[in-house]
Amino acid sequence: MRHHPLINLNSQKNKYTINMKNFNLKSILNKLDVKADWVGLRLLKESTTWRVIRDGNPQANTRHTSCGVMVEVLCNGQFAYFATPSITMESIQSAAERACKYAHAASRYSVHSFTSESRPANSGNYSSPYKMLQNDISPGRINEMMLKANDALKVSDKIVSVHAATGVVESSSHFVSSNGSDINQDFLYVGTSFSATSQDGNVIQKRTEEDKNQQVGMELLDENSIIEKCNTIGSQAVELLDADECPTEKMDLVLDSDQMMLQIHESIGHALEIDRILGDERNYAGWSFVNLDDFGTLQYGSNLLNVTFDPTISNEFASYGYDDGGMKADKEFIIKDGLLVRGLGGKESQIRSKVPGVANFRSSDWNRAPIDRMANLNVEPGSSTFDDIISSVERGVFMQTNRSWSIDDYRNKFQFGCEYAKLIENGKLTKTLKNPNYRAISTPFWNSLSMVGNNDTFDVYGTPYCGKGEPNQSIRVGHASPVCKFNDIEIFGGA
Amino acid sequence: MKNYFESLGSRMMNEIKANEHLFVSVNGEKSHFVRFNNAKVRQLGTVEDLNLSIKLISGNKVSDGSMTCSGDLEDDTIRGLDELTRIRKEIDSLPEDPFVIFPKAGDGSSNEYSGSLLEPSETVEALVPAMKGNDLSGIWASGKVFCGNLNSKGLSHWFSTDTFSLDYSLVTSAKKMVKATFADTTWNQEAYEKYMNGSIDKLRLMEIDSITIDPGSYRTYIAPAGVSDIIDMFSWGGVSEASIQQGDSALCKMRSSSAKLSNCFSLKEDFSRGTVPQFNSDGEVAPESLPLISRGSLENTLVSSRTAKEYSVKSNFAGRGEGMRAPFMDPGGLSEEDILKRLDRGVYLSNLHYLNWSDRIGGRITGMTRYSCFWVENGEIVAPINDMRFDDSIYNFFGENMEDATNKSQFNPDIGTYDGRGFGGTFCPGVLLRSFELTL
Repeated sequence: MRHHPLINLNSQKNKYTINMKNFNLKSILNKLDVKADWVGLRLLKESTTWRVIRDGNPQANTRHTSCGVMVEVLCNGQFAYFATPSITMESIQSAAERACKYAHAASRYSVHSFTSESRPANSGNYSSPYKMLQNDISPGRINEMMLKANDALKVSDKIVSVHAATGVVESSSHFVSSNGSDINQDFLYVGTSFSATSQDGNVIQKRTEEDKNQQVGMELLDENSIIEKCNTIGSQAVELLDADECPTEKMDLVLDSDQMMLQIHESIGHALEIDRILGDERNYAGWSFVNLDDFGTLQYGSNLLNVTFDPTISNEFASYGYDDGGMKADKEFIIKDGLLVRGLGGKESQIRSKVPGVANFRSSDWNRAPIDRMANLNVEPGSSTFDDIISSVERGVFMQTNRSWSIDDYRNKFQFGCEYAKLIENGKLTKTLKNPNYRAISTPFWNSLSMVGNNDTFDVYGTPYCGKGEPNQSIRVGHASPVCKFNDIEIFGGA
Repeated sequence: MKNYFESLGSRMMNEIKANEHLFVSVNGEKSHFVRFNNAKVRQLGTVEDLNLSIKLISGNKVSDGSMTCSGDLEDDTIRGLDELTRIRKEIDSLPEDPFVIFPKAGDGSSNEYSGSLLEPSETVEALVPAMKGNDLSGIWASGKVFCGNLNSKGLSHWFSTDTFSLDYSLVTSAKKMVKATFADTTWNQEAYEKYMNGSIDKLRLMEIDSITIDPGSYRTYIAPAGVSDIIDMFSWGGVSEASIQQGDSALCKMRSSSAKLSNCFSLKEDFSRGTVPQFNSDGEVAPESLPLISRGSLENTLVSSRTAKEYSVKSNFAGRGEGMRAPFMDPGGLSEEDILKRLDRGVYLSNLHYLNWSDRIGGRITGMTRYSCFWVENGEIVAPINDMRFDDSIYNFFGENMEDATNKSQFNPDIGTYDGRGFGGTFCPGVLLRSFELTL
């Protein structure tokens, strides 16, 4: 028997448009006939479009649309799910019944016996800020801009490969639950990626900009600023060919905001995810050096370090109104004056750990169950100007743009590499350096934080590639930070 | 599902116009997952997923789209045709692609590997009792995965397989861990319980107090699971021809100068075991075996047809990303029982973690030791070591410092689930190194 589609597949405008407002998920929820203590339905439609030009030729004009329903139930204290791409009453009913069967079978072995308290009831809406929608700039025009970006990147014959890409994601979700949640959220994400690879004999260098993803409209694609940016990227790729190798010694390290993004992500964000601390992630991404009794007591960094979970920053990549468990998202201090005060855990983790958390119970798609994710995690601005910071350094290195990242499974011993650096001598930026790297251990590193840049040095970055979870999930995170200075760090060069 | 694919593909093909070429593919899974923590159930559920992809070529212009499908042929036909309409609408405005690869006719294939899997509702009861009394974290994944493609020249391929895996970490009270993966296509309760008990026995070795070793160079043995992680790096800026041509490969030095790895190191693509499809997303069939690095010398790279056209080299029908799909590293002469004796004094590394190129062009990789890693003296295990960071070049540890490899290549299943549940895996031996650089 053919099932009746609940989405409007036959509308005049576009047969495959899911009109989230016309689709009465709540009515479906009310019609479900299952014996569960709680039921949640999360419908997601997400369309991702990439337009890529490499070396003057189109590499991709591609779109993927993901759409389905995550059916979650709670029976005997155990949650279980069934994710289905078939959006019919029959399919959702069948999914809920099977999820109930799984939950009942597993409930005698539950890690924790939950109640519906772990799915707070909330109603509301969220929408990304934007001025222009995807269709306001034609595919041909985007390709034209990316072609011009390729031209701008190729500043010299020593540039051997260039790449320019635009990614646009339109995402709509609707979450309803049997205890009264009814949340609609619409997102528009636009990001660009540019790179230039230079070569002179056996010396090869690469310069990129690819983590400036934001919640924004197509107004981000301004041709003049793209060309200016690409000229700089290309010029710096050539400049690196003749640059000195980064010296190997202990000295001061100044990180630009685009490298702070990675630094925050790896050595603060993941370490403070409560599900990691509780051991859920031990078989994959790892555990954490942080223990539950460290909250409120551990001096994570120097007293200049203030870190916030902030889903309210306009345009930041992982801003939202509610997490996927229905919890309202608010700004919270995670580290205050260097002291660890709050964890990155959603309602389930807060209940299990009895540690204060945030609204970060998130899933990457309709076919993944939510887990603790860091979302927007930012270092708050301080009071130092960029000149103050540089002039305070007798000998050190200023590094920009991550190119290599690795950290242990407890989030302690890290080694990060950057694309571009400047030597700092006697308070001044001097030579350009290639292959800059540094390594350290998380809390000693953050306790060596000696200067924090002011608002003028503050910038917002984001990436869609934060990996975690079993089954695996790659999710969007945002990190904003000022320029920061760290004392006496082990710095070194390339092979 | 194969019938659904053929019907849907045929309906799409009926829509093509003059001067158009079309590729249609589907992939999907029906997977049951159970996530464990402390040998109890953290999360569980089933994911049914089905995706249709369409690539249209009109003149020399290309555009593609894909979407989740419901499994209902009528609904999915509408979705596919809508996407084709969208693609047609934009394709004229796109720049021409001088390296477009048109569909070709050829011999199709159909391979379906059926297994015997646990029923989802019986899984927890089958798995948990054997874990009891231990701290275990891990993931069970089981079910069917499938993919197929069809082009407008009539070429068609289909592949499906039933698989399961329980990938887990056992943990001591001192937070030391042992890693294992029980994977197959036919469930055997007795074999599972025996395997789990073997892992629990290994955990006892980790009860000895750990020692911390200083950074420095050490004689080192890396077991197959760790070597597999290093081999994975060769698919990320390694054996891809496009990466080499674009100055983005750790093997550029092997192409442009006389840089070589050790005579002990040989790596190939080997599809002979049938665990992964031999066809790529355009339906092209790779050679059953393709030597990549032979006795330390770069013999072939992975070349997609697009790369072949762009750089005027010969295609070996690699996938779009030119990563390895069926990697096989040759074994050496070291027998399992001689590993500790030959290592004599140094470190024994069972697993590695979070690898990344620290200097890709220099071939340098950094990462961490993880799980069962030991200090060895006089050919005997002394104690587990605390985690250490390594940072060393493939031109050192797979070069002059590679002393030998074990005499068996072990299968390390792909248990990744980012873009759907993985299948296949890496065959590789363990390696004995004269020196390996531990840095932090």
